[in-house]
Amino acid sequence: MGMTIAEKILAKKAGKDIVKPGEFIIANVDLAMSHENADMVLKNFVKLGLEKVWDPEKIVIIFDHRIPAETIKTATTHKRLREFVKKQGIKHFHDIGYGICHQVLAEEYDKPGMLVVGTDSHTTTHGALGAFATGIGATDMAMVWATGKIWLRVPETIKIVAKGKWPRGVYSKDFIIYTIGRLGVDGANYKAVEFHGPAIEELSISSRLVITNMSMEMGAKAAIIPPDNKTLEYVRKNIGTDFEPVYPDNDAEYEAVYEIDVSGLEPMVAAPHSPGNAKTVKEVEGTKIHQAFIGTCTNGRLEDLKVAAEILEDRKIHPDVRLIVGPASLRVLKEALKLGLIDTFLDAGAVIIPPGCGPCLGKHQGVLAPGEVCISTANRNFKGRMGSPEAFIYLASPATVAASAIEGKITDPRKYL
Amino acid sequence: MEKIIRGRVWKFGDNIDTDFIFPGQFMHITDPEETKYYCFKTTYPEFLEKAKPGDIIVAGKNWGCGSSREQAAACLKYFGIGAIVAESVARIYFRNAINLGLPILIAPGVTKIVEQGDELEINLETGEIKNLRTGQTIKAQPLPPFMMEILKAGGLIPYLKKKIESGEIKIGE
Repeated sequence: MGMTIAEKILAKKAGKDIVKPGEFIIANVDLAMSHENADMVLKNFVKLGLEKVWDPEKIVIIFDHRIPAETIKTATTHKRLREFVKKQGIKHFHDIGYGICHQVLAEEYDKPGMLVVGTDSHTTTHGALGAFATGIGATDMAMVWATGKIWLRVPETIKIVAKGKWPRGVYSKDFIIYTIGRLGVDGANYKAVEFHGPAIEELSISSRLVITNMSMEMGAKAAIIPPDNKTLEYVRKNIGTDFEPVYPDNDAEYEAVYEIDVSGLEPMVAAPHSPGNAKTVKEVEGTKIHQAFIGTCTNGRLEDLKVAAEILEDRKIHPDVRLIVGPASLRVLKEALKLGLIDTFLDAGAVIIPPGCGPCLGKHQGVLAPGEVCISTANRNFKGRMGSPEAFIYLASPATVAASAIEGKITDPRKYL
Repeated sequence: MEKIIRGRVWKFGDNIDTDFIFPGQFMHITDPEETKYYCFKTTYPEFLEKAKPGDIIVAGKNWGCGSSREQAAACLKYFGIGAIVAESVARIYFRNAINLGLPILIAPGVTKIVEQGDELEINLETGEIKNLRTGQTIKAQPLPPFMMEILKAGGLIPYLKKKIESGEIKIGE
């Protein structure tokens, strides 16, 4: 019996010919990423009494969640970590303003066939470039820092095949919200998901990253898109040439196979308070909003800013709305500046925040008050996620968020395209 | 780690996410001990007012979904929660709990035989869960032996430390 991509990568990293779902393995990690929560990793690592991390070349630390520091505690965390990376010789350290960890990895580090672990649940993102990438906890990461190894249960794999022609105004964000709604927020818990089909192949790398990023919201342990020519070209050009792409065997065994025809999809939102609460924009059209947010590791890439800027060009946002725009990385911000997109946003009345997670996690830069409604391009709309537990968050594509910011209410973007 | 855990139940529904358990606005708290003051702080303040160390959490499907923030498991561990029993548990939360030495069991059907405030008795080795009010019992899925070992050691760090010191795990090879 053949193996899926997840099984093949894990077998290789565990030094085995074959692995089977349900088996526990100890695997060698290729890339170990942390953001500010490296501070919790460090506290655990220190307890082990070791002098040096296993391999300073394979550890990446990126400050993105709370930048620039919003509290004395965070400032102290940043300071402690800066000292630690210096002492350990960790070169792959990116200080405030460089970008969101998942975007930076996709720009500079991800390669097909890698085993990537990150102390952030949305580490699934990197499967868009053919890696097995999964989120872990801080204690897990302390073991990785010490030994370069992690224990993993080999997951079953679900295959999702996307077919059809993308309708105008429907993006990969709408597709993944629809998919989470269909499979449920625990529909892929403990499972790997492989995305196949012509509708996936047609997507840009940026659009693919949206899908693997948000697959976490159905519980996925990893979300992988088989590397095609687009992937290989992108990685060779931006990241490196020393990799071996991994493809599923023809007789790989999947736990379930779902087919989705994108031709019938419409602009979607995930309504409060769950990413699985999928509705068409039509169903919630007219809901008054107070804040609109374009950014995050889900939809803060250049492609997303372009779509939003096209809609906002020569228009003003509604007077009762705050629009916050957060480019996902310094590279994205610089490109957006060059293309004049930032001017467009500023002229429309937006506030630009530095490359980072911004208000997505409810810590700063746009926290919501009780009773407020936000439409956001992020991946989570849990109760209390962006501040008050009495606020309401709708998740949508950059086009839908931009159109809604203009009208002050949830709006179908197609009238602006 | 005690083999038998007894405690009073706090019952939760399905899909309780880590933002609900440990709201994002407290993410700057990275000292594990200190996290115990923030369990459900803004989302369910009654918990901090009334829960006692030794209490047990019983939850529905997909407990701990969402963020990988370890604070969401650490806050309950350092608060003194005796164990978590759920219909199912989100993947990263499950790892975090085991790694911190917080007993966590998956027992499909548990929410049907347990109500808020009931007294439970849990045998971690056999996985047997008994409702002391009604006498009803249910069995949790057994934990793989190496996870039991991590729990018994008090978490992944003490477990790993022992293995490094004994030479069973070699560093720098």
